[in-house]
Amino acid sequence: MEVKKGLYYTNEHEWVMVEEDVAFIGISDYAQHSMGELVFIDLPEEGDEFEKGDAFGAVESVKAASDVYMPISGEVLEVNENVSDNPALVNEDAFENWLIKIKPSDLEELGELMNSEQYETFLSEEN
Amino acid sequence: MRKYDKLIFEISKEKRKAYTLPVLDVEEKDISQLIPQDMQRDEVNLPEVSEVDVVRHYTNLSNKNYGVDTGFYPLGSCTMKYNPKINEDMAALPGFANIHPLQDELTVQGALGLMYDMEGMLSEIAGMDGFTLQPAAGAHGELTGLMIIKAYHEYHKDTKRTKIIVPDSAHGTNPATAQLCGFDIVEIKSDAEGSVDLDALKAVLGDDIAGLMLTNPSTLGLFETNIKEIARLVHEAGGLLYYDGANMNAIMGVSRPGDMGFDVVHFNLHKTFSTPHGGGGPGSGPVGVKEKLIPFLPYPVIQVNDEDEMFELDFDRPLSIGKVKSFYGNFQVIVKAYTYIKMMGSNGLKQASEMAVLNANYIKEELKGIYELPIDKVCKHEFVFSGIKDYHDVTTLDIAKRLLDYGYHPPTIYFPLIIHDAIMIEPTETESKEEMDGFIEVMKLIAEEAKKDPELLKNAPYTTQVRRIDEVKAARDLILKYKPE
Repeated sequence: MEVKKGLYYTNEHEWVMVEEDVAFIGISDYAQHSMGELVFIDLPEEGDEFEKGDAFGAVESVKAASDVYMPISGEVLEVNENVSDNPALVNEDAFENWLIKIKPSDLEELGELMNSEQYETFLSEEN
Repeated sequence: MRKYDKLIFEISKEKRKAYTLPVLDVEEKDISQLIPQDMQRDEVNLPEVSEVDVVRHYTNLSNKNYGVDTGFYPLGSCTMKYNPKINEDMAALPGFANIHPLQDELTVQGALGLMYDMEGMLSEIAGMDGFTLQPAAGAHGELTGLMIIKAYHEYHKDTKRTKIIVPDSAHGTNPATAQLCGFDIVEIKSDAEGSVDLDALKAVLGDDIAGLMLTNPSTLGLFETNIKEIARLVHEAGGLLYYDGANMNAIMGVSRPGDMGFDVVHFNLHKTFSTPHGGGGPGSGPVGVKEKLIPFLPYPVIQVNDEDEMFELDFDRPLSIGKVKSFYGNFQVIVKAYTYIKMMGSNGLKQASEMAVLNANYIKEELKGIYELPIDKVCKHEFVFSGIKDYHDVTTLDIAKRLLDYGYHPPTIYFPLIIHDAIMIEPTETESKEEMDGFIEVMKLIAEEAKKDPELLKNAPYTTQVRRIDEVKAARDLILKYKPE
C-alpha cells in the first residue's frame, strides 16, 4: 500500500495536499483498499463550508459505507465530479483522484495532522 | 423447475388472461371521457398470463426461497429464530382476522384487551412503565423513541439539546434514525472489547446532548458491564438513554433495560418474539418508556374506562408526538408475538435466552481454534470471528459463498464494521445440538478447503442456481425496471 510523501494525513485516513492557497482532499490508498471496490461517492456542493472534523461526504463499497471528514476547515471550491461519476477511479489511484478542492480557513490546523512517516507508523500500529 | 428464471413479463402473451368480467350493466364510456388525455398511456406493459401461468411462476419462485423453515440460518444480529406455527393459527382466528380498525370499540373489546395486555407484558419484560404498539419496524421504533426524547426536551424548554451520541459499533439504523429525527450525530469510539469507552463518553457529554443510543449486549454479543455508570453519566448531563432492542433475545427474564437505566426502548417483535422477518412479514417495533415519558407516547392509547371497565381508545393526549402509523400498528403481528409470550411463559422466555447464549458459546468454542476470535470471552447470543485464524488467502465473502454450497444460509459478514473481515454468528435458541454440529463440521471443512485450494472458495458457490454475483457491477449499474427488448 502506498503512502505518498508530501501530504498530510488524518487518523480517519483522509489526505490533504496544499498548493499555495488551495488544498486538495482525498482518501488514502489504505482507505480505498480496506473499503474494497467503491460503488458510490457522495460529495458536497461548491461553496459549502466545513469545520475541521466535519463529515463532508461519504464513500460506499459493497462491504460498507463510511463518512469522509475534513482534515482542515475551509470552503469547498470544487468537487471532483469524475470520481462521483466513476468511483472506481479512487480504487485505481487514491492520490491522483482527489475528492474536493477547498480554500483553507486556517493553515495552522495542518500542524495537528500526520506527515507521511507518522502516518506509516500509525498504519503499522493499527494493524 | 429448479432452473426456472423467467420474469413474469417474459411469459406474457398478448390477450391471454386469467379473468372474465360479467356483462357491463352500466353505460359504456370511452376511456378518453373518463381520464384526461395527458394522463393516458398507450403502453402499460402489464403481463398478460393465464391463471396456471401465474400459479406456476410464483410457486417456482417460492421454491427458491431459503428460510428458517428450510434450514439453519445463523444470521448474526437478525435473530432468525423459528416461528412456531401456532402463532399463525391464533392470528388467523376470525375475531382477530376479520375486524376493521374503524369498528366501534365496544365490538372489538377482545382485540383491544389483547393489545392492552401485550403492553403490560412488554413493560414487565423491559422494565418500563408504558408501551406503544404502533411502530411498524425496529427502525420505526427508533424514530418514535427519538421523537419522544425530542418532545420531552422541548417540553422542558431545553432546546439546546441537538445531539445524539451513537457508538461506532451501533447498528447503522441508529445514526440514520438520529439524522432523520433532525439531530446531529456524535460518534464515539468503542474500546478494544467493543464496549463504550467511558473517557470518550465523558468527553462529549454536555448540555447539548439529547441522548445516547445503545444496544446491550453490544453488537459484538458482549454484555456492557459499565451500563449503570454510562446511564449515570448521561443522566447527570441531562440526556436520556435509548435502548435498541436488537439484542434483547440474549437477556429476556435475566436483565431489563429499565433496570439498567434506559428511559426508552424498542423491541423487534420479529426478532425476539418469533414473528416473521421482512418480505411482507410485516415487522413490528413497539416502544416502551419510563413514567415521565408516557404523556409523549403516540395516540391513541388504550385504557380501561373507570366507570364500565371497558377498554377504550384515548385520543386526548395533548403532549403526544401524534400518530406514527395508521390506526394501531401491525395488529396481527402483535397477536403472534402475544401468542409466543403466552406459550413460553416467564420461565420459558428466560430459558430461551439461556439456550440462545449457550448455543452461541458452543459454536464459538468449537470453532475458535480455527477461526480468529478477536475477543475471547463468554459471549451472549452471538459472537464475531475475524476470518480464518492466521490465514488470509481467502476473504470472509469467499467463506460465506462456500457455505451456500453446503446448504446453509451464511452468517452476517463485514458487520460490525469495527471487526476486520467480520463473520457474525447467531444460532438462536431453537437449534438442536445435531444441527449445530453439522454446521460446525462444515465450517471446519471450509477452513481446510481454503488452505488446500483457495481457488475453490474464490469461485464458490457451485451448486446454487446463480453462481458468484458481481456485486460491484450490481451496485454501480443499477437496473430497477424491466424494459422489453
